[in-house]
Amino acid sequence: MAVKMSSGYRLFSMINTCFLLLLGVACILPLLHILALSFSSASAVTAGEVTFWPVDWTTAAYENVFGKKEYLVAFWVSIQRVVIGVSINMLLTILIAYPLSKENSQFPGRTLYAWYFVFTMLFSGGLIPWYMTIKATGLLDTIWALVIPSAVPIFNVIVLLNFFRGLPKELEESAKLDGAGPFTVLWRIFVPLSMPSIATLLLFAIVGHWNSWFDGLILANHTENYPLQSFLQTIIIKLDPAYLTPRDAELHALVNNRTSRAAQIFIAALPILMVYPFLQRYFVKGIVLGSVKE
Amino acid sequence: MVSAIRKYWPFHLMILPGFLLVLVYSYGPMAGLVIAFKKFMPSKGIWGSPWLGMDNFNFVMSLPDTSQVIRNTIIIALMKMVVGLIVPITIAILLNEVRKAAFKRTVQTLIYLPHFLSWIILGGILIDILSPSQGIVNKLLGLFGFDPIFFLGDNRWFRFTLVFSDVWKEFGFSTIVYLAALTSINPVLYEAAEIDGANRWRQTWHVTLPGMLPIIVLLGTLSLGNVLNAGFDQVFNLYSVPVYETGDIIDTYVYRIGIEKAQYGIATAVGLFKSVVSFIFISLSYFLAYRFANYRIF
Repeated sequence: MAVKMSSGYRLFSMINTCFLLLLGVACILPLLHILALSFSSASAVTAGEVTFWPVDWTTAAYENVFGKKEYLVAFWVSIQRVVIGVSINMLLTILIAYPLSKENSQFPGRTLYAWYFVFTMLFSGGLIPWYMTIKATGLLDTIWALVIPSAVPIFNVIVLLNFFRGLPKELEESAKLDGAGPFTVLWRIFVPLSMPSIATLLLFAIVGHWNSWFDGLILANHTENYPLQSFLQTIIIKLDPAYLTPRDAELHALVNNRTSRAAQIFIAALPILMVYPFLQRYFVKGIVLGSVKE
Repeated sequence: MVSAIRKYWPFHLMILPGFLLVLVYSYGPMAGLVIAFKKFMPSKGIWGSPWLGMDNFNFVMSLPDTSQVIRNTIIIALMKMVVGLIVPITIAILLNEVRKAAFKRTVQTLIYLPHFLSWIILGGILIDILSPSQGIVNKLLGLFGFDPIFFLGDNRWFRFTLVFSDVWKEFGFSTIVYLAALTSINPVLYEAAEIDGANRWRQTWHVTLPGMLPIIVLLGTLSLGNVLNAGFDQVFNLYSVPVYETGDIIDTYVYRIGIEKAQYGIATAVGLFKSVVSFIFISLSYFLAYRFANYRIF
């Protein structure tokens, strides 16, 4: 197809392409800089020679990080929370979304339940009552504090219930005629048909759990129960000595230079970068589905 | 009633576990809000602690920092809302003009990557690259003859840094939504405009923008609910004592009073204030979106 373009528009196209390219690069340059720092020698970093390519290539920072027991323990806590937390999230999301995707005539009480869940998106008890509830239920300082209070991701439930509603009703009706109960219909028909949406939500849940840091910071009393992001919060972000408790100060001594800090940041980002290609494949559909409806 | 429950028991059963968890961990804290009206004593527990009426609220209002914190929250939140609306719309329109699908996809892939990284990662990166002594940003500015700027420690720059870095993290993600709205515009409209002699610029003005308007209105309205959400994750990881003046927000204030100073009653009072105001704004925004953009949550 031949498209006639004015010379003005061709000029615009060229500038536009360059601009968008620069914009795209600007979004990953900071990460590249950190990556370059992490593979450079400490002296090159201190001298300010490193930009976007490692200088005096060395993996010392990574050897250093992987030699620290604290870092590995925190990494392991994060993996545990992702596996347990995401399993609970997905199971509950699917179980709740199905009945709520019914019409009121098929499931009286459905609207009441839906508002019950949605109301928690509109109003919350805030930080202190939230903390005290978790304390009262005895979860403090356990892995369960990181997965049970956030067990029901309401937003994901809404995305999935809207997807369920878009599925052809005839399938369910014919399955019912064959004698299938609601649980069978859900697992045998709805779940397999909703794989694109479920995959998106699965990735959201993984990213969400991996990235969570505040709950770990507040709900774990001992550093060995910190997930990775909370651990990094205490040793990389809170540099202000006025804030350091003796425990933090001890940890702080672990990361004495920029290369080591850069390596720790990059390792923490790595799992996200690894699932990113999958995220990308599904999430456009998923996010658009959730936020825009007819 | 009983027969209805018997008939629909599988549905009720599916909801039950989630129902109970939400009851305990979402509605439980709402009940715990009563400590905003109490003098909380750990030994007596929430229900045994003596009532204070509105004393906690009066005390908070008497603190000199409170009005500053509320002002900071609203200013930062509004700045993020406005810039966070304009930038993605602009980028979506520019991306829509790109004809090569592969290039378009590549740019998209790059721009929404930061969205998936936590504020711990991005905070760590920003602290490093924005450092006045060693950071690469100030090194670059130095090449052009600028004095080092302490982006994270200077009250003149802190809000700007917050808004800029927040938009950097999130604009790619929002762009996707607008781009989806753009691709659903009927191509016939463009052809018709072209036949009527409209150039690309006029086509953008008369076809693309009106086509995006519903989604712009919708997302703009829904963002109203964030008027007191200045972004705890970001501020908490980037701020420090010297920039409390411009960067301390309600959520970080609550954290310091409640968790660091263990003043549960007072911190809860501030939290309750935020929850109530946010509730009003979120409800209003959903109502407006429902009324004018035909939006339904479920």
